[in-house]
Amino acid sequence: MTVPVVWYLLLAAVLFTIGTFGALTRRNGIAIFLSIELMLNAANLAIVAFSRIALESGDLKSMLNGQILVLFVLAVAAAEAAVGLALFIAVYRDKRTIDINRLNLMRW
Amino acid sequence: MSLAVFAVFASLATISALVVVLHRNPVYSVMSLVVTLVSVAALFVLLGAPFLGALQILVYTGAILVLFLFVIMLLNVGREDTDSGGGGQRVVALIAAALFGGLIALLFWARYQGLRVPTLTPEAVALRPLARELLSTYLLPFEIVGVLLLAAVIAATVLAAKNPPSGGASSS
Repeated sequence: MTVPVVWYLLLAAVLFTIGTFGALTRRNGIAIFLSIELMLNAANLAIVAFSRIALESGDLKSMLNGQILVLFVLAVAAAEAAVGLALFIAVYRDKRTIDINRLNLMRW
Repeated sequence: MSLAVFAVFASLATISALVVVLHRNPVYSVMSLVVTLVSVAALFVLLGAPFLGALQILVYTGAILVLFLFVIMLLNVGREDTDSGGGGQRVVALIAAALFGGLIALLFWARYQGLRVPTLTPEAVALRPLARELLSTYLLPFEIVGVLLLAAVIAATVLAAKNPPSGGASSS
């Protein structure tokens, strides 16, 4: 008894929705960042599910392509997290806060 | 059997994702995100990508989230100090997110609802083809990602350094 693949896709959609909601409502910069990581991971889950579907319709190669895409997304997410957190440290050193309601220098 | 495993990890992922988004203390959010990511890693294994599952645990929970914890403790950010913009903004955000997610879920459902995949064969989850593909067809992107990571490390070091070595005098 295997799990229908669409359930994985629906779970990915749910996780992405939760992440979007968090990114829109949180006020702490790092919490917004966490929500974005959640969205990235939901997208990864969808990609892996699609690669599983590709295995059914075609050869092994199309499944491997999907998995390698996820691998690259993981690497880019790591780089993004490192730079983003360093940015937060730099902002905090200047403003003494990372509350986005108070970081309104570029708001018109 | 796999249905039960999926049910457990899917509900675990959803609940802990909700905690990530709703808890006011960022340390709890990070800890909850660990649970989410480990659950998603288990689902990767269930989908026939054990290498990605291991990598997810190593890279995400082992490296990225530890970095998050470090920064949270370094900056000493506790609970959020301003209000989250009142209930109105929350409702609008909820509607926007639900519309978007519902649309995607509807598309997935319409396209893939009847699809059943048979159980995986040992050849499909073998590591050797993946490694061969990664280090032959995708060798150039692989190297570029290495350079990207190096650039990110340098950028993070420069950004977080106390006195940026950009010659801009010593005005701390």
